[in-house]
Amino acid sequence: MASRSPFDAGFGVYIHWPFCASKCPYCDFNSHVRHAPIDEAQYIAAFASEMAHQAAMTKGRQVSSIFFGGGTPSLMQPSTIGAILEAIARHWTVDPTCEITMEANPTSIEAGRLKGYRDAGVNRLSMGFQAMNDADLRALGRLHSVAEALAAVKTAAGIFDRYSFDLIYARPNQTPAAWASELKEAIKLSAEHLSLYQLTIEPDTMFERMVAAGKLTPMPDDEARILFDTTRETCEAAGFPAYEISNHARKGAECRHNLLYWRYGEYAGIGPGAHARLFTEQGRVAIATEKHPETWLKAVKNKGHGTVEEERLAPLDQANEFLLMGLRLTEGIDPSRFEALAGRPLDQARVIEMIDDGFVAQAPNGHLYVTKKGVPVLNAVVGRLTV
Amino acid sequence: MTTHTFENIRNFSIVAHIDHGKSTLADRLIQTTGAVAARDMVEQVLDSMDIERERGITIKAQTVRLSYTAKDGKTYILNLMDTPGHVDFAYEVSRSLAACEGSLLVVDASQGVEAQTLANVYHALDAGHEIVPVLNKIDLPAAEPDRIKQQIEDVIGLDASDAVPISAKTGINIEGVLEAIVTRLPPPKGDETAPLKALLVDSWYDAYLGVIVLVRIMDGVLKKGADIKMMGTDARYHVEKIGVFTPKMNDVAQLGPGEIGFITAQIKQVADTRVGDTITETKRPCAEAMEGFKPAQPVVFCGLFPVDAAQFEDLRAAMGKLRLNDASFSYEMESSAALGFGFRCGFLGLLHLEIIQERLEREFNLDLIATAPSVIYKLKLRDENDIELHNPADMPDIMKILEIEEPWIRATILTPDEYLGSVLKLCQDRRGTQIDLNYVGKRAMVVYDLPLNEVVFDFYDRLKSISKGYASFDYNITDYRAGDLVKMSLLVNAEPVDALSMLVHRTRAEMRGRAMCEKLKELIPQHLFQIPIQAAIGGKIIARETISALRKDVTAKCYGGDISRKRKLLDKQKEGKKRMRQFGRVEIPQEAFIAALKMDS
Repeated sequence: MASRSPFDAGFGVYIHWPFCASKCPYCDFNSHVRHAPIDEAQYIAAFASEMAHQAAMTKGRQVSSIFFGGGTPSLMQPSTIGAILEAIARHWTVDPTCEITMEANPTSIEAGRLKGYRDAGVNRLSMGFQAMNDADLRALGRLHSVAEALAAVKTAAGIFDRYSFDLIYARPNQTPAAWASELKEAIKLSAEHLSLYQLTIEPDTMFERMVAAGKLTPMPDDEARILFDTTRETCEAAGFPAYEISNHARKGAECRHNLLYWRYGEYAGIGPGAHARLFTEQGRVAIATEKHPETWLKAVKNKGHGTVEEERLAPLDQANEFLLMGLRLTEGIDPSRFEALAGRPLDQARVIEMIDDGFVAQAPNGHLYVTKKGVPVLNAVVGRLTV
Repeated sequence: MTTHTFENIRNFSIVAHIDHGKSTLADRLIQTTGAVAARDMVEQVLDSMDIERERGITIKAQTVRLSYTAKDGKTYILNLMDTPGHVDFAYEVSRSLAACEGSLLVVDASQGVEAQTLANVYHALDAGHEIVPVLNKIDLPAAEPDRIKQQIEDVIGLDASDAVPISAKTGINIEGVLEAIVTRLPPPKGDETAPLKALLVDSWYDAYLGVIVLVRIMDGVLKKGADIKMMGTDARYHVEKIGVFTPKMNDVAQLGPGEIGFITAQIKQVADTRVGDTITETKRPCAEAMEGFKPAQPVVFCGLFPVDAAQFEDLRAAMGKLRLNDASFSYEMESSAALGFGFRCGFLGLLHLEIIQERLEREFNLDLIATAPSVIYKLKLRDENDIELHNPADMPDIMKILEIEEPWIRATILTPDEYLGSVLKLCQDRRGTQIDLNYVGKRAMVVYDLPLNEVVFDFYDRLKSISKGYASFDYNITDYRAGDLVKMSLLVNAEPVDALSMLVHRTRAEMRGRAMCEKLKELIPQHLFQIPIQAAIGGKIIARETISALRKDVTAKCYGGDISRKRKLLDKQKEGKKRMRQFGRVEIPQEAFIAALKMDS
């Protein structure tokens, strides 16, 4: 099809489940706490409607990855997951090798449902472990204990071939030694994949208000840099090299769905506050849906979709998005793809400056990638190369 | 020819410190005499510019004709002349005062006399004014009318026993002020049969009428259709329209001696009408012009550059338009290696500079970078030429210079006793010489001679801050004196930044250089590489700071497929970068150019 990208990185479907049992103080994702039970059937129907809307713009695509994110998708009944996967299969063709990831919280209640999710079709689990000591878990607002999370990981390991978990580091007052030992423990538990995020104080979060009130002191950049370096070295040595800024995996075990984002592929975004990038007859379109769950539900009922923003991306916007995402990857970016998107090559003077200063290098296959020196200051490097 | 007294006219101005209630009193006088219907009343009727209303200052002279029937049963024409109150406009003030016979001295009954009031009341006395003290805000609990009366007598030497107690805000005793104007201020004198002699008080540009000229008739009669000439410039015009402000423009057939009003005469730009000039009739000119006319002299200079180079032509057009209305401001094109094309502008003082900059930004929607204000230095060269230096960037080679002279001012500062020590230290630090120090009640009056280049930047800010806002300040330029001045350059990443170079006294160079390097270190964001910042005199580095390279700047997590958020963040950064200036590989935020010069100690 003429409207497809010549660099086909695949087609993914993202489903957003916007509810959590409680709001974590660091989290700025689109998550909401509801005290009344959620009528999941209504959401199944609405997800299907929104799929129909986006599928009409992406006819004939083969789905290579599906991702249930949130919020906390593991609060959904396994039957709900099953119904959503069926709806996806009705609107697109699902590749038999499709990666189907679900985020889950490692609480005992959710661990009890893991088998049900697998039976519904989920083949990869991503757990929000976040910290390996109870005091820090409490400080991060998590509802599970270390023991509970360990049990959940063990259960998951018995059910899923592919699983990953997240940790948050550079927590206030965390020492490099403490983090290194925590990390080693985590690696022992890991099968193939780890997401290790530095704690970031995001706008409009409880942590931001605490920082403003002087009740929380974020780790200074210099210290956070040491922890970042420790993370990279420790994981590399253990056979979990970083394939993205915060993601580590054994060779071949990278998360296919997330790679789709970073490789600037095509994806549908279904559910409240989801984002999509679709190749349509009008070119590449960015879609964002209504964030508030009940408002989104009403919109879908009324007009069949919850889209609140639909923007045809200009060539330079696309090229910038491609750089923003692609330079996060260890594999880097193909400069010719930048040129195809932007309609002009990268600023050669800037590229040479970045290479001379050692922040960027060229791989034998012609890809540009950000070096070990450049990765910790990626935003500044990207800022020099974007147009 | 005989001089008559025009008993039914009173011309007066109001002398007051900012916030002491001049505009409010003017509003009340206008209201009480019914010149403006209550429904049309806005606050500060006479301050028509937004900046005037917001800052509570008067920039342009305004006048309003009031009609008042006094207790003696007679009806008087009262011309209220609202004069600029700031030292930058001292000359304009003196011309406005020359158009009146008397002044109301408005003093806040709790705050007392301020330095600025003092300066203006002396101007009024110089103009031969009869002065009626008015104590305002007497309804406030902190009012101490007796103490303030005593202070007026002590400080100014005016008899304040008959001071009129009022509250302009609540309208208490406005009648008393009107009666005092009629009974205590002298009526104007003049000869209506003599050749026309009129004072050009002020002028401004009106999009519909062209230049409007505010005049005070001294002798003779000015009639519609008259052919007039400006004695200072010999420019000739045909009077189209004569009128008075009530404050609305009302046409009249003629203006006679003692009257204040306006004329229009197809005058294209304000620069053709010089404040203080004498207007007479072409056919029958008066023998002598009025005394005291002098062209406006800029005192402070700075460069103004568009943030966005594409706005240069817009800036040029805007300056042209402003100049139509403000002949005291001058500009010429300038180019800077750092800032590109812009203009070197001359101003009457710092307030004037700020006002012009603000008007350019606000009325013409421009984003500007202002460089360090500079004074005019007089350079004696070895080849026996003398030059005036308006811009440190133009300084000739040091070997060619025999001597540099800088302007000095005499400053009068009034401060509560508890801040006296800090005030004296500030003046001393700025190379001041103490001339006088005495007490006025609980407050000290300090007179210092200071080099203007130590004052132009942040002296007033510092004074306000060390005295918690209580000290007041006024100055006038006295003379030029030779000084041991050197040109200090700032180098960022080894590149000189011309917009930051300045002339500074040798003894102050190191301290100033260090302060600037420290400030720039705070203001310039970290880059991917280390950036040295140096201050130098000639080839000698006198201060140095280093901005370390960025250590960590990476976003840990991307939210699902929401790339838009990251892209918008990037766009915002780019927008921010537009407000930066590129020097070699270093980006300097534009606010750094001014902020670097502000000193904290």
